Amino acid sequence: MLGKQIRLFNRYDALVAAGLFALLYATVHVGQGMFVRFSPQHPASLPLDPTLLPYYAARSVLRMFVALAFSVAFSLVYGSIAAKNRRAERFLVPLLDILQSVPVLGFLSATVAFFVSLFPTNLFGLELASIFAIFTGQAWNMTFAFYHSLLTLPEPLKEAATMMGLSRWQKFWKVEVSYAMLPLVWNGMMSFAGGWFFLAASEAITVLRRNYRLPGLGSYMATAVEQGNLAATLWAIGAMVVTIVAVDQFFWRPVVAWAEKFRAEETEAVAKVGSWVLNLVRRTQLLRRWFKRITVDVGEWLDRKMTRLSEASLPEHVSLGLGRGLTFALFTFCAYWFVRGVMIVVADLSVSEMLKVIGLGLVTLARVVVVVVVSTLVWVPTGVFIGLNPNLARFAQPLVQIAASFPANMLYPLLALVFLKTQFPFAIGSVIPMMLGAQWYVLFNAIAGAMSIPTELQEAASIFRLPAKERWRWLIIPALFPHWVTGAITAWGGAWNASIVAEVIEWHKQRLTTAGLGAYITLAATEGHAAAIVWGITVMSAFVLTFNRLFWQRLYRLAELRYKLG
Amino acid sequence: MIEQPIATAEQTTLLEVREVTKAFPSPDGQGVIQVLSPLSFSVKAGEWVVIVGPSGGGKSTLLRIILGLIPPTSGEVLVHGKPLRGVHPDAALVFQQFALLPWLTVLENIELPLRARGVPRLERLKRALAVIDMMGLDGYESAYPRELSGGMKQRVGLARALVVEPELLCMDEPFSALDVLTAENLRSELLRLWLDRKMPTKAIVMVTHNLEEAVQLADRILVLGGRPTRLRAEIVVDLPHPRSPDNPAFRAVLDDLYRWMTDPHRPDQKVVVATEAPAPPFLPLPHARVGGIAGLLHILADAEGQIDLHELAHRLHLPIDDLLPIVEAARLLGFVEVKEGDLILTEMGIRWLEADILRRKEIFRDLALQIPLIARIVAALRSTRNKTLPMEFFLDLLDEHFGEEEARRQLQTAIDWGRYAELFTYDATTEMLQAEE
Repeated sequence: MLGKQIRLFNRYDALVAAGLFALLYATVHVGQGMFVRFSPQHPASLPLDPTLLPYYAARSVLRMFVALAFSVAFSLVYGSIAAKNRRAERFLVPLLDILQSVPVLGFLSATVAFFVSLFPTNLFGLELASIFAIFTGQAWNMTFAFYHSLLTLPEPLKEAATMMGLSRWQKFWKVEVSYAMLPLVWNGMMSFAGGWFFLAASEAITVLRRNYRLPGLGSYMATAVEQGNLAATLWAIGAMVVTIVAVDQFFWRPVVAWAEKFRAEETEAVAKVGSWVLNLVRRTQLLRRWFKRITVDVGEWLDRKMTRLSEASLPEHVSLGLGRGLTFALFTFCAYWFVRGVMIVVADLSVSEMLKVIGLGLVTLARVVVVVVVSTLVWVPTGVFIGLNPNLARFAQPLVQIAASFPANMLYPLLALVFLKTQFPFAIGSVIPMMLGAQWYVLFNAIAGAMSIPTELQEAASIFRLPAKERWRWLIIPALFPHWVTGAITAWGGAWNASIVAEVIEWHKQRLTTAGLGAYITLAATEGHAAAIVWGITVMSAFVLTFNRLFWQRLYRLAELRYKLG
Repeated sequence: MIEQPIATAEQTTLLEVREVTKAFPSPDGQGVIQVLSPLSFSVKAGEWVVIVGPSGGGKSTLLRIILGLIPPTSGEVLVHGKPLRGVHPDAALVFQQFALLPWLTVLENIELPLRARGVPRLERLKRALAVIDMMGLDGYESAYPRELSGGMKQRVGLARALVVEPELLCMDEPFSALDVLTAENLRSELLRLWLDRKMPTKAIVMVTHNLEEAVQLADRILVLGGRPTRLRAEIVVDLPHPRSPDNPAFRAVLDDLYRWMTDPHRPDQKVVVATEAPAPPFLPLPHARVGGIAGLLHILADAEGQIDLHELAHRLHLPIDDLLPIVEAARLLGFVEVKEGDLILTEMGIRWLEADILRRKEIFRDLALQIPLIARIVAALRSTRNKTLPMEFFLDLLDEHFGEEEARRQLQTAIDWGRYAELFTYDATTEMLQAEE
């Protein structure tokens, strides 16, 4: 064949097979650690030996991926129900909106307590609590992405599916999920990056004055900070960076590159994503053949079974009754917890305390506004500079992506150290840890926005000799506006969430606290003050939701209507 | 190459549309917008039915009602006499924008409807490959749609529709997203398959806004129009294939269709049968003198028998519009052919150029007698005893068809050609025409 010998088994097969074997072994080995028994009296202390870091990293990564799997499953189920059932949609979409706006970190202590009570003598409870925390940081965005894709599925594709007589199962995978694949993957990658933050926050947590530690990078860090061990702290940060880069190279890049095949033909990729890992896998012979055969066989088998199953439908009165029953159960559940929450708050908190919390909310609001404004002033011009230089952008974008993925809360102890040494007033300084995580979204979107300004418009601006000021006013700012809105909304939500961990930071038994809603919630959680937690989170959610409705949504609509390019 | 589309023996009714209407809720939520007013027609086996109408006039809606993709507001669709519930069980749809799944290869796209029917893998592959072969897609099995040109994509769309061997093939503007040449090519290929009965399909219903395409393909054209949309006319096109747009009967049907589309006040007509009528008595002559035609042929001969029209106009410093009557005259006489903008000298043209003056006149005479107006004049003159008639007589005759001014010009051209061919003479002082012996 063209003088080139096609071998059955080549070196790429060997490489990839070795990699797969290592992955399998590591998963089994690391996975066993999830079910270790422990006694609450003697919480396992974490040895800070740096050689253990790979193991800790693997534990953290496993947690992240389990959470991702749950997020994907949740997105597919929740998104389809919301998109296909009118009645459910009216209820599910606002709920998702609220879930997205609620600062989930505030619930961490409550969920930890709950999951630990499920498995009192086994680490698995804590493990679940951590996974759940990561899940809550990932799932909502992905669900919205999938739901939105289903809504925008082109009519001809739907008709083609119907005319071909595809079963619901076939339609779901071959049409709907495939159509949504690209946004799902990109959103998954972004949400996964955000998940590290929740991982770092959830592995080591103090609930009811008891310290819980799960083996992982986050708790390694926490232990190092507790002991004031600067070397171990730096080790942890380094390991985190390596882990993020490795996951990006070995998982997200191949997945994103693979997902390119799901691009609808009308749209063009802005920049082609290549992946050496995917190329390696694509060069294997034997493995590919095996993989293909297995997937084809399993696919056919599943197709046959599930097609029959998905076409079987319950009699209408049964399904209707089931739906009503489910709605009723859900409603009762929510109502019960709502009433209980109100009762706890009313019983335990005085009116002046409640008003004080709203006041604290205003303080934190001021910090969040500063974060958004400063991020905009610093990172929009930087982003435009990078985005308008394609060479620079190609080089800078992956770096920004890693920086955005890095859990900012792992840097808080170092900041605390600096603040303690310099005596910087933390009431103002607490803006910095909040900004550390949130700013990247502004930069990221500014770069993307600048890159998407059509060359023709830039050329037109040059030909008309627009001075720099005019160029910003008439071209760059309007073109950037929709991107800025997207970035700023994300930064806004991120900053509120970060405030919960950023207003109380520690270094070696020295604690820096400042007045604010985030600090209030954190302190309430450490002390197990249920009413204060509930009220604190309620106020914060109310702040987030109110501003989303009154301010951000209007900006978003304006951006969509007037400033969307193309 | 004349052939009848399909024998008339098996004219069973496949589908019947009975008093179907469609109304959509209006955007403000108040009331409804009536899109289709009661519509009835049927589709018989062996028919290629084309639905034409103004854009936004509910053509596609009607097609989707036929397929059961959307339910009618009232009325019903009968398939083999039974009311249609849900999606038509034995139909396929070809889309304007192809609607291929971009993440599946050509083969996978074509296999998908078979997969939906639970056809086993090997059988699926066999049938898909057979259709791929039929549609000329060999070698593209593992390509993704984005790698294909529009024409190839629509071939995949057609293959995907045909692979399930549907009784009824529906097409929604299948050629209008393609460029002119590709569309023409695919159209004639599809027609070929249909006429040769290579397709397992029993009937085709196609929606288009391209009237020429409708006349070229249809056995029956349904003209929709009005607001809400109603069936304005049903035209049976009984012309043999292949149908050339140059054919006068073709033009007549096309002109009629244009009138339907442009004249909203034309009264509805149930069934119009368009068949191969005798050529109209007076096909207008292009206004070119024999000298001009001869000049053109000489230039063409110097250019080795072939020249681009624009190139020619440029060379002669003439606007192309001035050149066209001469070209048209030469073409009408059979001296030249026009192909894709190129002017080509025919066998006849070469023979004429190579002949001496007397022989030239003979050839020209034979050719001119094929032209209806000249043939009529000669016949009329010869039917009188002294073979003479006044100019007035012919002017009166032509008035009705061309109007007075144009009638005079037509006669002038006819006289120029007739004189050269020595068919008749004209005396300007007496204004009399006389046939020559």
